[in-house]
Amino acid sequence: MSAFMTKTLKIVAGLTVAFTLTVGTQALANSGGAKEPEDHGFTFEGPFGTFDQAQLQRGYKVYREVCSACHGMHLMSFRNLGQKGGPFYDPKYKNPNDNPIVKQIASEFEVTDIDPDTGDDIQRKATTSDRFPSPFRNEEAAKASNSGAVPPDLSVITKARAGGANYVASLLAGYQDAPAGLKIGDTQHYNPYVHGSLATQWTGDPHHVPQGGVLAMPPPLVADKVTYDDGTKATLKQEAADVAAFLEWASDPHATERKQMGFAVIAFLLVLAGLTYAAYRQVWRGKH
Amino acid sequence: MSEPENGGGQDPNRRDFIYIAAGAGAAGAAAMVAVPLIGQMNPAADTLALASIEYDLSKVEEGMQAVVKWRGKPLFVRYRTKKEIADAKAVDVKSLRDPQTDAERVKAGHEQYLVLIGVCTHLGCVPNFGTGEYGGWFCPCHGSEYDTSGRIRQGPAPKNLEVPEYSFLSDTKIKVG
Amino acid sequence: MSDHPSTYTPATGIEKWLDARLPIVRLAYDSFIDYPTPKNLNYWWTFGGILSLCLGVQIITGIILAMHYTANADLAFDSVERIMRDVNYGWLIRYVHANGASMFFFAVYIHMFRGLYYGSYKAPREVLWLLGCIIYFLMIATAFMGYVLPWGQMSYYGAVVITNLIGAIPIVGPSILTWLQGGFAVDNPTLNRFFSLHYLLPFVIAGVVVLHVWALHVTGQNNPTGVEIKSKEDTLPFTPYATVKDGLAMIFFLIVFSIFVFYAPDAMGHADNYVKANPLQTPSHIVPEWYMLPFYAILRAVPDKLIGVLLMFAAIAVIFALPWLDTSKVKSMRYRPVMRWFFVLFVLTCIGLGWCGGQLPTDMVFSLTNDKHGNPIGLSVVLLSQILAFYYFAFFLLIMPWIGLKEDPLPVPASISEAVLASHNKKKG
Repeated sequence: MSAFMTKTLKIVAGLTVAFTLTVGTQALANSGGAKEPEDHGFTFEGPFGTFDQAQLQRGYKVYREVCSACHGMHLMSFRNLGQKGGPFYDPKYKNPNDNPIVKQIASEFEVTDIDPDTGDDIQRKATTSDRFPSPFRNEEAAKASNSGAVPPDLSVITKARAGGANYVASLLAGYQDAPAGLKIGDTQHYNPYVHGSLATQWTGDPHHVPQGGVLAMPPPLVADKVTYDDGTKATLKQEAADVAAFLEWASDPHATERKQMGFAVIAFLLVLAGLTYAAYRQVWRGKH
Repeated sequence: MSEPENGGGQDPNRRDFIYIAAGAGAAGAAAMVAVPLIGQMNPAADTLALASIEYDLSKVEEGMQAVVKWRGKPLFVRYRTKKEIADAKAVDVKSLRDPQTDAERVKAGHEQYLVLIGVCTHLGCVPNFGTGEYGGWFCPCHGSEYDTSGRIRQGPAPKNLEVPEYSFLSDTKIKVG
Repeated sequence: MSDHPSTYTPATGIEKWLDARLPIVRLAYDSFIDYPTPKNLNYWWTFGGILSLCLGVQIITGIILAMHYTANADLAFDSVERIMRDVNYGWLIRYVHANGASMFFFAVYIHMFRGLYYGSYKAPREVLWLLGCIIYFLMIATAFMGYVLPWGQMSYYGAVVITNLIGAIPIVGPSILTWLQGGFAVDNPTLNRFFSLHYLLPFVIAGVVVLHVWALHVTGQNNPTGVEIKSKEDTLPFTPYATVKDGLAMIFFLIVFSIFVFYAPDAMGHADNYVKANPLQTPSHIVPEWYMLPFYAILRAVPDKLIGVLLMFAAIAVIFALPWLDTSKVKSMRYRPVMRWFFVLFVLTCIGLGWCGGQLPTDMVFSLTNDKHGNPIGLSVVLLSQILAFYYFAFFLLIMPWIGLKEDPLPVPASISEAVLASHNKKKG
């Protein structure tokens, strides 16, 4: 039975692989009901990519002047802005708490504290070690002010969304008028990059449900919403890309350090592999 | 192992009894020790003490659903539209996996309000309203579909969404638990 | 091997003194220096050593992470982020630990498929195989509980789905579920006990690994020919021959490991796990970690909850029974021309099940046309899972016993050294 059976099995195995490859590629092409995020060619992409400090500064400005009205970043402290790799890092101040720009930024905020003498709640100027204050006192307040949808915290947002910074930037600049035939509520906004199913809200041809989904956030950015200090023209796309870069840095502040260490570690391991291979040849000579 | 000398002239049956009794005592001791060691994992007193909650229904508009946390689980409070109620009543009960009429799942005189524990009876995910073929809930984890009465219609879940014990304190206020 | 006499001779006075009281140096010498290994072991055999490296890495990084982690439902997520942001080298240690789990499973799957292909589970190595299965089962439990600890959305709903499997047991299920969760839902008590057990189990694994290595040293290693060691000609001492080969393989393994840790640290995780757990909102697509996907696919292949759960556990249990299901007289599939193709299909099946486990339950693999309601007709993920799950079980329960009796194996070499010599001559031409 061997010869015939082996042949059959080989054919089955071959067909399985071919089938898997075909289906795999087809499935990849069909994946998701949302538009593929645009590639913004960020400087931090790739194994040797680093953050563009000027872009991080612009991005922080967009966050501060626009996003922070609704979105907190509760994992971020002001000192982080001046740490190595951060938007306001200055090699003169190794300790970010001494950085005058960071001190200046912190002093523009007020935080709630307790008076050590009386025990009363007081407002005081923030220090560099304070965290970014949250825009709402608690989740219920956030819900009440935003028609039931809590604006997510942005501390790790680019890691928490498939597609990362490209997705965030595409979404921010990607709002469109809802296609005719899509029923959307007053507090909903159509965006082709959002993941979601519109099937139940779609009144047109059920085979051609539009891409994307709806979200509660109205389009936050328009051209010239902020005025950049470095003279960069504040187009919608520029603002979206800048704030996405800032959020990427905030999500993964050690990314540059990580990639640099990785290069050294892998280079070392490759040399060690070469030496060990030589030792291996020596040891096994004549034994194979 | 060598047999010990039959010291003291005791008869073998009596000796065996002593060994067995001692062994049984040790086993009993182990079992008694196991009771607190295993029992500590059951819900603690503070977990059990989760009180019942009152909920003001006037906050829910027609065709909307409120999600309230109760005993660590989401509770759906849905104000059903006329169409949803009619759809739920039109179903042939005999065709259901877990046969229950719509009337058994709501309080008489308050048919518009459906109160459910929002936990899929398959593996405990929280179903979403508005997707799926039966006009009710769809569980994103394994695709169970529930109708506008929260009854299982399709997918792996074995039972209808559970209706908790609740009562109407007034026309707009319920007490759950 | 057990009949291998100890060749250790204590050289110094201290060694002699210690050897008469606790012969631990002798044990190490006999186990890792003079221990005879088959001379024809290929690189698939280096994964045993790689796995001990993985266990060591996980235990060391885990102990460090526990110094900074807070096992509390309100604080766990932020404490992990503090490790990532503020703790010195915290990001490195956490990424090594998180990716280390994936690398550990990658290595263990290769180790298991190697054992399957070369018949390493067959007499006299049944106990060795069983101990390995226990280690694998403990690894699954440890990894599952570890994944809950960061308390992200996937952590939380992973815990919800898996603990609810217990609830499928008739009558006693719900009580056991409450007992296991320590409440009426997955919550702080669940997180606390998972942390405790996640810390404990790796040391249990280390204990079973000692037994696994002990059993290995009693029977001796299997080898690619599946022919037992006949003479000294067949073997080489563990050190330096196996040590240098294992070391080389470990370095290549570490290079792959480093690429993940430093350049794609979140590639094997899920974006939703960077969102703090929210019991009131389920993510739209719940998937376990990749190494559990085949079992998840089997669970979802059946519409009945209880049968799905039983089949999933049966899929692991059947691996334990393997030594008694294989009827073949020949160990290595190198000499089993028919069986090896069923083996290839089995590997593809496991990969296919893994793919199915990652899809939405309602997805289609492909659709040929639509019916009149607009529903697609074609191969659904559920149907493909069912076909593959059938082959998974058929491989163990039907093909293994049946082919073993029917197949005509190729001639097996008389000894390892003869096989080595033959392949050497063949290479020369």
